[in-house]
Amino acid sequence: MSSIQLESVSKHWGAVRALDAISFQAEPGSFVVLLGPSGCGKSTTLRLIAGLDTATAGRIRIGGRDVTELPPAQRGLAMVFQSYALFPHLSVAENIVFGLKVRKVAPGERDARLARVADLLGLAPLLARKPSQLSGGQQQRVALGRAIIAEQPVCLMDEPLSNLDAQLRGEMRREIRALQRRLGITMVYVTHDQTEAMTMADRVVLLRDGRIEQVGSPDELYQSPRTAFAAGFIGAPPMNLLRLERRGEAWHFAGTEARAPWAGAGADETSLGVRPEDIDVAPDGALPARVDTVEYHGADSIVAAQAGGQPFLIRLPRHAPLAPGDSIRVTWRPDHQHLFNARTGERIPA
Amino acid sequence: MRSQGVIGWLLVLPAAALLALFTHYPVVATIVDSFYATSRAGRPGPFVGLENYQVMVADEVFWKSLWNNVWYSLGTIPLSITLALVMALWVNSAMRGRTWLRVAFFTPTILPMIAVANIWLFFYTPQYGLLEKLTTSLGFATHNWLGTESTALACVMVVAIWKDAGFFMIFYLAALQSIPPSLAEAAALEGAPRGYYLRRIVLPLLMPTTLFVLVNAVINSFRLVDHIVVMTRGGPNNATSLLLFHIYQVGFSFWDTGYAAALTLVLLAILAAAAIGQFVFLDRKVHYQ
Ligand SMILES: Nc1ncnc2c1ncn2[C@@H]1O[C@H](COP(=O)(O)OP(=O)(O)OP(=O)(O)O)[C@@H](O)[C@H]1O
Ligand SMILES: [Mg+2]
Repeated sequence: MSSIQLESVSKHWGAVRALDAISFQAEPGSFVVLLGPSGCGKSTTLRLIAGLDTATAGRIRIGGRDVTELPPAQRGLAMVFQSYALFPHLSVAENIVFGLKVRKVAPGERDARLARVADLLGLAPLLARKPSQLSGGQQQRVALGRAIIAEQPVCLMDEPLSNLDAQLRGEMRREIRALQRRLGITMVYVTHDQTEAMTMADRVVLLRDGRIEQVGSPDELYQSPRTAFAAGFIGAPPMNLLRLERRGEAWHFAGTEARAPWAGAGADETSLGVRPEDIDVAPDGALPARVDTVEYHGADSIVAAQAGGQPFLIRLPRHAPLAPGDSIRVTWRPDHQHLFNARTGERIPA
Repeated sequence: MRSQGVIGWLLVLPAAALLALFTHYPVVATIVDSFYATSRAGRPGPFVGLENYQVMVADEVFWKSLWNNVWYSLGTIPLSITLALVMALWVNSAMRGRTWLRVAFFTPTILPMIAVANIWLFFYTPQYGLLEKLTTSLGFATHNWLGTESTALACVMVVAIWKDAGFFMIFYLAALQSIPPSLAEAAALEGAPRGYYLRRIVLPLLMPTTLFVLVNAVINSFRLVDHIVVMTRGGPNNATSLLLFHIYQVGFSFWDTGYAAALTLVLLAILAAAAIGQFVFLDRKVHYQ
């Protein structure tokens, strides 16, 4: 087991600041997810850890050893590429043992390890096939096999599930997580899918424009987002952000006469965040609103409503007894609301 | 359904007509002609059976040309393909000025054959040619490169290698660029040295290209005539006479069309055998995605 540490690592491509002094740490044997929107620098971070690109500034440590200047092969890690990067002319077995052959592992041990990995991933019947004869999920498992047969303490994965259908993705998510636990691998896993991040991670590193927005457990990110961006990124659907206006001493929802259930000092521009699942429809609710659409999902319904021109979503169990055009009033528990400075996006402490 | 079939045939008719007119008919006519003596003074020649082929067996220039051609192929093809691969690997790497290098390597290919032959003719010119200037300044005796039996064919081969390597390089370059960079990165992560990666990954992935280039190179080498016409006209003493040049001479210098037809058929047979042989033999070793 190895830890991974990044200390103010930057990567610039000319004028583009792909990464700007990011620091975080992955505990030995933990599952860290790099999460963020497209172009925020997730792949860049992973490639820097792997040594496929060199950092403009900063240090990278793996297992306490400074690897910033080391070539990829000497960093003691394995990687699963987003495109799988399987060798198309080699069979599944040859693909998996490629690295062992390079490192001249004895044939006997090589075969034993291959058999074990094939067993683990259910690849045994496919060993003689070429990658082009496999389904997407099977190719993904071959790539995974090539990564774990190396028995490296660190494994990196770049959006390995993005090409799979929803059902297979769910399956692979559980398989990867179980495997990582069983083998005690330190995993850095890139995704832009917040569901993946929430379900798999011990720690989530939320990136935005090459900077770290928040680092924490999935629960921390969900319960107390540090910024409005984090609030709007985590959760499906994400947190609603409603603008507040100060009128005299009291705060009102922008565009309405309704008083906001908050009396703090706050900046001049403040947003109130509340998750769709925390909102209740109640006749004595503080905020009057109008229903726009109702989407039925089976277990729940997502109601799109607006108050004073501000749209927001409500999640209600089963069939919501509402129709477009209905006038409703909504409410939520005070401890479920989050306040943000609307200009800087920073959280305002309660 | 029926009218659709008719329309289908009508659609392929132009292409089929052109093919028939310029490919199939000449092939059949050549086969037929090879069994007739050459027509004289407007009268068609009589049927002579295999006589043209018997003449061929006894024709020393034919055998000489055939052997020349074999040596020419053996000498040019492996070298130009290897060179093409090396150049492609080189200009495919990320480095400064690679665009210029690509252009430089490709230039010989886009120059007209006649111009190329003339440039090299100047290099090889006795006494004041570039090569002579170089060798004499180094103290070697003067030598007529193209005019000597022992060196003439080699000189022609050098020109062909120089011209073909750049052409084949383009195919290799295209193939190299279709290999995803992540394969190299995956190999690097596993600690594969560059040589190992080239040998075990790149070369096998280039095999389809190699096969394609090889077939083309063989066909080209048996179809070569323009260099010879400009540089040596087959001489000295038929030292640089290649098969097609011999056919050209028999057909258009001596106007012995019957015999030329027979020679052409032999050439066609060689080319067909080479192409089929390569595809059948190499196909088993070639990875197609
Ligand atoms: N070779 C490069 N040259 C210039 N800019 C680059 C290069 N590679 C990446 N970038 C830039 O760096 C930023 C981060 O890229 P990166 O690939 O890390 O994004 P990402 O978070 O992985 O996005 P995605 O989810 O779309 O894969 C982007 O703005 C991108 O345009
Ligand atoms: Mg990416």
